[in-house]
Amino acid sequence: MTESPRQQLVPDLWRLYTDMYRCRTFEEEVSHLWKEGFISGEMHLSMGEEAIAAGIVSQLEDGDALALDHRATAALLARGVDPLLLILEFMGKPEGLNGGMGGHMHLFAPEHLAASSGIVGASGPAAVGFALANQRLRPGKIAVAFFGEGATNQGMMLEAFNLAVTWKLPVMFVCKDNGQAIVTQSSKVTGGNLIERVKGFGLRVLEVDGRDVEQVWNSITEEISRIRNGEGPVFVHAVCEHLEGHFMGDQLLRFARPSMGETIKMAAPLVKAHTQSKGAPLRERTAGLKEMLGLIWETIRKHRPREGDPIPLLRKKLASMDAEKLRVIETEVKAEITQIIDKAVLPSEQKGNG
Amino acid sequence: MKTMSFGDAIEDALMQAMAKDENIIILGEDVQGMRLNLRVRFGRDRVLPTPISEAAFVGAAVTAAMGGLHPVAEIMMVDFIGVTMDAVLNHAAKIEKFSGGKWKVPLVIRAACGGGYGDGGQHEQSLWGWLAHIPGLVVLVPSTPADAGGLMTSALAYDGPVVYLEHKLLSEDWLDSLGGGGRENVKFDVPAEGARGEVPKIWEPIPIGQGVIRRDGKDLTVVSVGVSVHRAIEAALKLEKEEISTQVIDLRTVTPLDKQLVIGCVSKTGRMLVVDEDYQGFGLSGELAAITLEAGISLKYARVCTQETIPYSRPLEFQVLPNVERIVEAAINLVKA
Repeated sequence: MTESPRQQLVPDLWRLYTDMYRCRTFEEEVSHLWKEGFISGEMHLSMGEEAIAAGIVSQLEDGDALALDHRATAALLARGVDPLLLILEFMGKPEGLNGGMGGHMHLFAPEHLAASSGIVGASGPAAVGFALANQRLRPGKIAVAFFGEGATNQGMMLEAFNLAVTWKLPVMFVCKDNGQAIVTQSSKVTGGNLIERVKGFGLRVLEVDGRDVEQVWNSITEEISRIRNGEGPVFVHAVCEHLEGHFMGDQLLRFARPSMGETIKMAAPLVKAHTQSKGAPLRERTAGLKEMLGLIWETIRKHRPREGDPIPLLRKKLASMDAEKLRVIETEVKAEITQIIDKAVLPSEQKGNG
Repeated sequence: MKTMSFGDAIEDALMQAMAKDENIIILGEDVQGMRLNLRVRFGRDRVLPTPISEAAFVGAAVTAAMGGLHPVAEIMMVDFIGVTMDAVLNHAAKIEKFSGGKWKVPLVIRAACGGGYGDGGQHEQSLWGWLAHIPGLVVLVPSTPADAGGLMTSALAYDGPVVYLEHKLLSEDWLDSLGGGGRENVKFDVPAEGARGEVPKIWEPIPIGQGVIRRDGKDLTVVSVGVSVHRAIEAALKLEKEEISTQVIDLRTVTPLDKQLVIGCVSKTGRMLVVDEDYQGFGLSGELAAITLEAGISLKYARVCTQETIPYSRPLEFQVLPNVERIVEAAINLVKA
């Protein structure tokens, strides 16, 4: 295997941390703006996925393509898309990345060959097509697909695996596995073992802890070279957590951190369903209730602050290496993002126009 | 009379039908949460959460129906029907004809539709005209709680494939989940009469293919469906000030189309304005023009529809989806020009 001159042998942890911290800081602002009504509709944050995005996207180069899902912010920021253009797009402004036409689920940056979609599973075939174009037009360039484990039950995703292997395409399929398909526990709707399934397609498989950016970077760096050298596609399985649930205002999280009003609203029809005549036997009805309580309990357990958060993990290491450098980076990132948000939200703007 | 929200009316009608008919099952993404009350009452084997595999579970619902069940397959948003279109277009809609009428497919595909809350053009489409284009499908689009429950009752009593579309501005759970997300500071133009209203004590089926006159008038007939019906009624009130008397028809069923009602009304007013949240080209609005022309009616015609990909930006979205201002303007042009 020829070593390309651009290849670093060790990750630049400071750069990776900067990417991750910048994305987190940006998305914290996005979250505020969404709560204040400046952003309409759904909002799927990348919070919890930053290590996967930074660890992989930082190793891409011009001509590499990105096929993204509905949770594309982290990857696009790491790829170098201007955060001001992103926030303006989220706010539906004509000056946004796509003129306010797409919103956060439909982001397009042709200069980076980066395209996202709100249809679960769509990034699989999208990466295959980008890779096909790269194979002919830009040899040595690759395509990366990001998707969740829920998407691996979509036919189009499985068909994309097969196509990529059959045509030996330069694709890296990156499965960000948080164990939850929308709000359904993936284990309850997924047969067999995902890794074995993917291997069945003839894909090489890499398993990484998606919360550990250093591990992500180190694991995939050699794989990227192999893909560039024409050795065919790989499947990266990266475990992570979504710190803000499926999307902002996630109903499970709202039930898990309930107000009195929401609890009562939910409880009344349930009591009725449990006691009305005609229907399943009582034992089955109780089992149905227990299942929901279990799901809420699981949500509470999974969303303990900081557990599964990739940022403190690396931060601790860097703080012990050079606390002052860390402080400077964080200060600079915060200043940059503050400035961007100030530019995006004019003081004259009314609140609640989302 | 009791009142109910749009979403509760659908659930109540399902509850009544499921208690009567044990062959009705629900399958779809996240239904263990979204249809929790039904799952608790009727059991986990009648309300089945699926993986995100629309092509598989809608395809399976077709043959489950052929095998004796009456499935309600939920695909969340109608936009996602793209993923499972083969099951809908080439199977559900075809089998009765292919089998020489020997085999029916009693299936309901339930999906949320429509825009007005800033979710972008991959989550806010209507698509009823596109679906109605396919022979063999029934497409229902209720605009009030009473119709929502009544039409769900009809869908579950019908022996063929039905696409049942609930508009997200009318269905509070959908709007809360996708638009509001628990926020108080985001505003939506929700038609009050559509979101909550009187419902019968016991659900009776509303005949499939039967529209209704929501408002009488003599100068022009507005033909509409879904949320646009409410926009049209609001426009009609404004048109009164212009001394234009506006009749509003709510089709309720897109296909089979209530041709008799439309033709009867339009032949009297001589003017038809179609207000359709679905795409303008090659759809419901053109079909309505065609059936009146075929009936030999001489009429003046205009339409207010969605002409392009629905923008994410709320101000742009407002312009693209039919709104009261556009309806008023089109009506004035039709009557006075």
